[in-house]
Amino acid sequence: MNAKTLYDKLWDAHLVRQEPDGTALIYIDRHLIHEVTSPQAFEGLRLAGRKPWRTASVVATADHNVPTDPGESEIRDPVSREQVVTLDQNIRAFGALRYFPFRDPRQGIVHVIGPESGATLPGMTVVCGDSHTSTHGAFACLAHGIGTSEVEHVLATQCLIQKKAKNMRVRVDGGLPPGVYAKDVILAIIGRIGTAGGTGHAIEFAGEAIRSLSMEGRMTVCNMAIEAGARVGMVAVDDKTIDYFRGKPLAPKGELWERAVDYWRTLVSDTDARFDREVVLDASTLKPQVTWGTSPEMVTDIEGRVPDPAAFADPVKRDAAERALAYMGLEPGTPITEIPVDQVFIGSCTNSRIEDLRAAAAVVRGRKKAPNVKRVLVVPGSGLVKKQAEEEGLHRIFLEAGFEWRDPGCSMCLAMNADRLEPGERCASTSNRNFEGRQGAGGRTHLVSPAMAAAAAIAGHFVDVRELLPASA
Amino acid sequence: MEKFIRLDALVAPLDRANVDTDAIIPKQFLKSIHRSGFGPYLFDEWRYLDHGEPGMDCSKRPKNPDFVLNQPRYEGAQILLVRENFGCGSSREHAPWALLDYGFRALIGPSFADIFYNNCFKNGLLPIVLPTEEVDRLFRECEAMPGYRLVIDLPSQTITTPEGRVISFEIDPFRKECLLNGWDDIALTLRHADEIRRFEEAYRARHPYYFVEESAA
Repeated sequence: MNAKTLYDKLWDAHLVRQEPDGTALIYIDRHLIHEVTSPQAFEGLRLAGRKPWRTASVVATADHNVPTDPGESEIRDPVSREQVVTLDQNIRAFGALRYFPFRDPRQGIVHVIGPESGATLPGMTVVCGDSHTSTHGAFACLAHGIGTSEVEHVLATQCLIQKKAKNMRVRVDGGLPPGVYAKDVILAIIGRIGTAGGTGHAIEFAGEAIRSLSMEGRMTVCNMAIEAGARVGMVAVDDKTIDYFRGKPLAPKGELWERAVDYWRTLVSDTDARFDREVVLDASTLKPQVTWGTSPEMVTDIEGRVPDPAAFADPVKRDAAERALAYMGLEPGTPITEIPVDQVFIGSCTNSRIEDLRAAAAVVRGRKKAPNVKRVLVVPGSGLVKKQAEEEGLHRIFLEAGFEWRDPGCSMCLAMNADRLEPGERCASTSNRNFEGRQGAGGRTHLVSPAMAAAAAIAGHFVDVRELLPASA
Repeated sequence: MEKFIRLDALVAPLDRANVDTDAIIPKQFLKSIHRSGFGPYLFDEWRYLDHGEPGMDCSKRPKNPDFVLNQPRYEGAQILLVRENFGCGSSREHAPWALLDYGFRALIGPSFADIFYNNCFKNGLLPIVLPTEEVDRLFRECEAMPGYRLVIDLPSQTITTPEGRVISFEIDPFRKECLLNGWDDIALTLRHADEIRRFEEAYRARHPYYFVEESAA
């Protein structure tokens, strides 16, 4: 009867107090901060004369507004600059365990540098004023995206007011076929359960296909839990999880490491644990995924066609599909492989880690960007990812193909900096949201894996990456 | 936070599902370091025909006549009827700030995205969940009757339509108390500061590896 899910264990370990109605305070281990959602929180603290509870829980970086032009040392947009400067000032005034400011060699996207620095460790509660905080669940963390009021609340009290979510497990059985990646898995899951399918739930991703993924791949899957409506996505601890943190700068050392590992090994759902909801997918039948609409659930595979809105029985969905096709400039029945692209974006907290760059480079090697593709941005997730990719020579593969090799940041995932689509431009993007205007007003986004994005850059239209991969892959 | 007790207000219908927070307040306006001033840019890409940037004088911008909030009959609406999964996507609290700054005090829909829903309560904006059929009916009534108003009474958890139909809604008791009193969450939590401190000490003893840098310092 006492069997617990991973989520139950993480919840119980951090539960400070609980009211009879279930409203609880949970203790927060790690508070990640970036420039967009924090200024009003620091201002709130100041106005109320409050001090942060535990500044050593704070790790901060500037990522959303920073330029990614190689070597650019200045933020030209004065409004963006003010936000980044405000973060500098707030961290200086209030303190932090680590701060990776603009142009620090270890600066990068907050969800990339957290794990990379060991600031995120298994079993922690992690919060950030950013919905993609679910990424950190890949390490069996209880990681929530929060709003700015909650950022202020965590700064002031080290706690988050929460009600426990329901337990949901998404099991992906079987092995992944070649050319099918973590991104395809999560897009297929969202296609199955919908963008509100996980609302009110904490999702644990499990099964052979999830276990077979690298930590980078698991981060990609958990990153987009929020696109399935779930604030929290998680994967249980295994050897890969533990090996990932060996030698990371902020990971414990020596005897403390051993103690930590003993605890981390317990961070798995008990075999007889009960889930409120379970969804099962078979990985072996998956094909490379491409979104066609303006919601991540509007997805099909590379062998598919743009659907006919008339085929949707639900009038709300039919209406949404009609609007989406009008916005996307697509005709029903068009084969996905016949859709040309204007730009390609390889980056974002979903797909900007070393493995993503390797997967893209494997497709690009020895090939050139198609002439109709105006621009291909490759934006590594952090300074350290960039360095490693250069040590492996990946940047040369991209540059020789006519791609741009950029500096780290959120870039064209949400286009808060200068990297953006022009109205009507179509983009193959490795990011997480295909909402109207997300990559620039009027821009049209198709979400794909890094390998599929690279393939589209080479072909000039969407193409089945399985046809471009070396036979041995 | 402003209290929410009773609201008797004009209703506007926003008939689309999965309205995301990028649509509610586009990213270029997130560069502000303040909590206010987002109202003129609410639904910016749908509301105006030109491209909006922070600092623009919105009174001079060309409005999209097809967008529902630009129709004179909905001017001054404080209640917004919405469809499923409203507020999905980014955690930006700028979304409820923009809705409030525009003048909305309540939202009624079949479902809301988790983070957005939570953010609303922190700002005195009341999101009400009703069954889909009930929301459908409100949409029909609202569109059929110019000047359609609803009375939302939080203490009794009811909505009253112009014809006197009374609809009950559910709300979390803690959130209800906070809204009725306009309470500040942080002050409430800090009443338990000693308990948090005791928890923290015990937790630190159990999991010293999460406090490595502090012990070294």
